[in-house]
Amino acid sequence: MRVAVQAAAFDIGAELARFTARAKGAGAIVSFTGIVRDEAGTLLAMEIEHYPGMTEQSLAAMADMSALRWNLAEVLIVHRHGRLVPGEPIMMVATATAHRADAFQAAEYLMDYLKSRAPFWKKEITATGSSWVAAKAADEAALNRW
Amino acid sequence: MITLLYFAWVRERIGLPREEVATHAATVADLIAELRLREDRYAAAFADLASLRVALDQQLADFDAPLAGVREVAFFPPMTGG
Repeated sequence: MRVAVQAAAFDIGAELARFTARAKGAGAIVSFTGIVRDEAGTLLAMEIEHYPGMTEQSLAAMADMSALRWNLAEVLIVHRHGRLVPGEPIMMVATATAHRADAFQAAEYLMDYLKSRAPFWKKEITATGSSWVAAKAADEAALNRW
Repeated sequence: MITLLYFAWVRERIGLPREEVATHAATVADLIAELRLREDRYAAAFADLASLRVALDQQLADFDAPLAGVREVAFFPPMTGG
């Protein structure tokens, strides 16, 4: 299991290569990467604030839960904070299992929990000002399926 | 003494990221009632509980949760990670 909360950029390919090397015996690996959208050219930057301590703890708990529920051979969560520009990766998750259905499900579970239960807050910076991204009711509702 | 942490627009409205307060509040809701009375900026930050979340010692909690033994209380908007 690897959980990383960092300001620095990360290399998706290198993360996935190391993940694959750790995922011994797995037959399926699913990864998801979130990228900062440019919102039709209006977004200058995204600032991500988090709660040091609680963030790492809550991500580790999500990783543990998913590993137990889907019998994961390996699980990865990387999430950045600080100032990011459009096109930059914000976060990634990866899951490794014997068969693909479980790997897809575990990755979706991690994403649903990460969106609504990990203490991150996004602020959008545009040419005309800045505003905090509002949580979506649909993201909260998505937790009900688990 | 209890440590209060504020994040995102809660931090901006109150104007500081953390502070230590002396309180005898029994629950989170009691603490919020005390804070609201302090100054307008607190009243503004705590105006709408539906748009607030709270964590006690880094665990998400409800507003009626007791504060006995709690050292760190964090207030923030609904999370927007991912």
